[in-house]
Amino acid sequence: MRTRRIARDTLLGYALVIPTLSVFAIFFIYPLVYSLILSLYEWDMLSPPFYVGLGNYVEMFASRFFFQTLVNSVNYTVGVLVLALNLGLVLALMLNKPSKHSAFFQACIFSSYIISWVAVALLWVWMLDSQYGLVNFALSLIRLSPVDWLGDVKIALSSLVLVSTWKIVGYPMVIFLAGLRTIPADLYQAAEIDGASNWQKFRFITWPLLSPITLFLMITLMIMSFQAFDIVRLMTQGGPYYATEIFVYYIYETAFLYSFQIGSASAAVVVFFLIIFVLATLQWKVLRKKVHYL
Amino acid sequence: MNRARLLGIVVLVFLTTFALIEVFPYLWMAMGSLKSLKEINRFPPTIFPSSFLWENYVKAWQSGPFPRYFLNSFIVTFSILGIQLFLACMAAYAFSKIRFPGRDFLFYVVIMCLIVPPQVRFVPLFIMFSKVNLINTYFPLVLPYATSALGTFLIRQAFMDISDDTIAAAKMDGASTLRIIFRIMAPMAKPTIVAFSLFSIVYHWNEYFWPLVMTTDETVRTLPLGVAMLREQGTGARWHIIMAGNMFVVVPMLVVFAFVQRTIMRSFTMATMK
Repeated sequence: MRTRRIARDTLLGYALVIPTLSVFAIFFIYPLVYSLILSLYEWDMLSPPFYVGLGNYVEMFASRFFFQTLVNSVNYTVGVLVLALNLGLVLALMLNKPSKHSAFFQACIFSSYIISWVAVALLWVWMLDSQYGLVNFALSLIRLSPVDWLGDVKIALSSLVLVSTWKIVGYPMVIFLAGLRTIPADLYQAAEIDGASNWQKFRFITWPLLSPITLFLMITLMIMSFQAFDIVRLMTQGGPYYATEIFVYYIYETAFLYSFQIGSASAAVVVFFLIIFVLATLQWKVLRKKVHYL
Repeated sequence: MNRARLLGIVVLVFLTTFALIEVFPYLWMAMGSLKSLKEINRFPPTIFPSSFLWENYVKAWQSGPFPRYFLNSFIVTFSILGIQLFLACMAAYAFSKIRFPGRDFLFYVVIMCLIVPPQVRFVPLFIMFSKVNLINTYFPLVLPYATSALGTFLIRQAFMDISDDTIAAAKMDGASTLRIIFRIMAPMAKPTIVAFSLFSIVYHWNEYFWPLVMTTDETVRTLPLGVAMLREQGTGARWHIIMAGNMFVVVPMLVVFAFVQRTIMRSFTMATMK
C-alpha cells in the first residue's frame, strides 16, 4: 500500500515538473552546451564549420579590440554601480519616513525603471543632441559651452553611464528602502537616549545593518549593467571610434551584424557566461549569508 | 531656525530637484511629440508647442505597420505570461508538496537556469530556430521564455506556506491534482502570482534585444522594435514623430504603473530579494 503511494507520488511529481524541465533543457542548457561546441569552430552559417580548437579564444584574447571592449564594459559597469548605489542609498535615507510626499517622490523616481530602454534611449539621444538638445540649451543658460555628449570619444561612455543611472536609480532606492524597514526602530531610540548624532546613528546602526543588502545590490547591479545592450545599440552603436563598444554589443556585432562569425561570437558568449556565473555564485553566497544573518 | 528644520528643507529641495530631473524628460517628450518639424529644431527651444499637432501621432502610426506591432506585443507578452504561470504552478506544486526521488536536485537545476541570460542563448537558439524554419513566427519569441526560473521559485515559496491540511481536505473531497493546483493553491498564492505577473508583463512588453535578434522581417516584430525603427527611416531629425512613437511604448506602462504602483514596486523588490 505504502510503496504504491510512493510510486504514484513519484509518477505525479515527474509528470508535473517535466514540462518545465524540458523547456529548460531545450532553451537554456542545450544552448549553453551548443555555444561551447560552436566556440571551437569557425563557421559563417553558409559553408560547413571548420574545427579550430581553442583558436577563437586565442584570437579573441590577443585582439586589442576585444581588450578595449572589456575595458569599456568594466568602466561602464563600475560607473553605473557607483552612481546608482550611492544615489539610491541617499534617496532611500531621505524617503525613509513614511509620508504622502515620500510615496509621491518614490513613484516619480521609480517610474523610469519600468519604462522601455528603447524609449529612454531615443529620448536621450534627442535631449543630448549637440546642436538642438535640451541639455546643451540648459548649459547655455548658465553660460557653459555646449558638450558633444555622444560624439566625443572621451565623453560618450560617461554619457551612457549617466543615462543608465537616470533610468535605474529607482531600483536600488526601492531595495534600500525595503532594507531600511527591516531595521528595528528601538535601536535608534536607544541610540537617541545615549545622545547619538544623526551621523553616528547612520555610521553605527544603519550602515552595518544594511551591509548585506548593499553587497547584494552591488552584485545585482553589476550583473545588470554587464548585460547592457539596448542603450548602446540605440544611442551610439559602439561609437565614436569604439568608445562605447561593450561586451554584449560586441557579441551581437560578431554574430549578426556585418558577417556571421558564429565561432568567434560563441567564444565571447562562453567568456561572458563565465563572468556572469562567477558574479551569480557570489550573489548566491551573499544571499545565503543574509538569510542566516537576519 | 534650528538645525533639524534646516536639514528638512535641504532634503526637500534635493528631492524636488531630483524628482524633476527624473520626470521632466517625459514631459519634454510629450511636448515634443506635439510640435511641428520647424518648432522641434528651433534653438532656443520652446517648452510648450505653439499649436498641438495631434496629427504627429497619426504620422507615426502610419510610418510602419503599427497595428501589427501592437498586436504582436500583446500576443507575445500575454502568451509568455500564460504559459509561464501554467507551467510554474504545476512545477511549484511538485517541488513544494510532493516527495519524489531527485526532487531537490531538479529544483537546483531550475535555480541554475536563473543565471543563464538571453544574451548567452541567442546565437544557438537563432541557429536552432532557423534550421526548423521558425524564424519570423511567434515560436522563437515565446518558447524560450515559456518557463521562468524566477516564477517557479517564487510560486514554490508561496505554495510552501499553504498547509498540507488544505490539500488533504481537498483530496478527501475527490479533487484532482490539477484542480487542487489551479482552483485551490493558485488563488491562495494570489499576491505572489500577481506580483510575478506584473514583473513578467513589464519585462516582455519592453523587451528589445530578443525580438531584435529573433526576427528578420516585420511579421512578428513588437512595438519597441517598431519605434526604434522610426529613427532609422526617413531623413533628418524627425524627432516629433519619433517622440510620438515613443509615447506608444511608454504610456501603456505608465498607466499600468499609475494604477498598481505599490504592487509593482513590491514585485520588483520581491523578484530580486527572493
